[in-house]
Amino acid sequence: MLPLRLHEVVFAAGGRRIIDSVTLDIHPGLRCMIVGPNGAGKSVLLRLCHGLLHPTSGTIRWHAHEVDGAPRRQAMVFQRPVMLRRSAIANVVYALRVARVPRDTRVERAREALRKVGLDALASSPARVLSGGEQQRLALARAWALKPRVLFLDEPSASLDPGATHEIEKVINAMHESGTKIVMVTHNLGQARRLGDEILFLHQGHLVERAPVARFFRHPQSPEAAQFLEGELPW
Amino acid sequence: MNSLSAAGGQALQLIAEADPKLTEIVLLSLRVSLSAVAIACAVGLPVGAAIAVGRFPGRHSVIVVLNALMGLPPVVVGLLVYLLLSRAGPLGEMGLLFTPSAMVIAQAILVTPIIAALARQVIEDAWGEYREQLRSLGETRLGAAMTLLWDVRYSLVTLVLAGFGRAAAEVGAVIIVGGNIDGVTRVMTTAIALETSKGDLPLALGLGLVLLTIVLALNAAAYVVKETAQRRYG
Repeated sequence: MLPLRLHEVVFAAGGRRIIDSVTLDIHPGLRCMIVGPNGAGKSVLLRLCHGLLHPTSGTIRWHAHEVDGAPRRQAMVFQRPVMLRRSAIANVVYALRVARVPRDTRVERAREALRKVGLDALASSPARVLSGGEQQRLALARAWALKPRVLFLDEPSASLDPGATHEIEKVINAMHESGTKIVMVTHNLGQARRLGDEILFLHQGHLVERAPVARFFRHPQSPEAAQFLEGELPW
Repeated sequence: MNSLSAAGGQALQLIAEADPKLTEIVLLSLRVSLSAVAIACAVGLPVGAAIAVGRFPGRHSVIVVLNALMGLPPVVVGLLVYLLLSRAGPLGEMGLLFTPSAMVIAQAILVTPIIAALARQVIEDAWGEYREQLRSLGETRLGAAMTLLWDVRYSLVTLVLAGFGRAAAEVGAVIIVGGNIDGVTRVMTTAIALETSKGDLPLALGLGLVLLTIVLALNAAAYVVKETAQRRYG
């Protein structure tokens, strides 16, 4: 599936170019953190990559397209977890059903995913009464059960306390180690440092800088990135 | 006042003794309205869900019309169904006029827009919450509609009870297409109208009490269902 190639992608809405001619390739391996000030277009870029939005112009191409009828190989976790009014495990099984995973393997895969995120004890609890952190872990379990090649995350711990955030980061790293490509938007620069291998810095819809984590934070190459790191670029 | 309290007392007695006439009327009312609501759900729920998640030209107009149809006057529905089913009408051959089936048809026409419009609203609200996640999982619009219908099931129960309440309480439609024939098409509302105009209050009051109780019980049930669901499932 990877590399994912974006070529001169533009996304315009309401007369404004939210993404303004972005060209980039996403290869397997490195954990990719997308950072930038408010309104830079980070969430929109993520949704364009995942396919929730279609570009106004430009192309977005996967190396190999998903085969019709085969299980979906990419997943996304949103800032707020969205769970159905069912038990935790039923939510994961639902995702597997939609992904057309064979029926006899669904429950086992769901249990396995819940176990990996530490939610097996809560498998039968109604998903929506779980705490925010637990629901987000459940969202990750749901994604993990799909065995995705790529996992997109849109500020997954923005609504969580530090303890829950730590749990989420552990799961994300575990998924990375099991071979899933991580592409994540975060506002939390400390988190970008902790979790990321490379940084994609977005500003006003442009991909301004792309660098390994250490270099980005120590020696930002672009003035916008430098200003952003100094806290002078809120938007 | 004396005659009123006397009538009231007699009414309670009719209920307590399960008077055969009263019972027959109540059972017919329930049969007709429950059948009508069942049809209304079979048609209205899928239609409401489809409009909620669908995208097609004229969608807004459809929603406006659907909402407007909620206010269909029962007596006008009765008139239209009468015209359809009368000897001179297109479906006159079926001989349905002045039968319980005609009443079911009329009430179904009355309640279907209510079920569809309210379901559309509830499901569209849920779709707003779930849309990105369900699309991310690869769900189709059809799959999403079915998933949402199940997910908002407790709100739908409330809505169906409301539809039933509307059917059970109306008189205009059933009196025109049913004819209020004793033992055949006489339901609670039409019987109350008739008995009151005859000055025969005990039966009218008795039926009125039963009808009120049914409506109150439905509303209480709707409330309990929603509260329980909210607590259990969030």
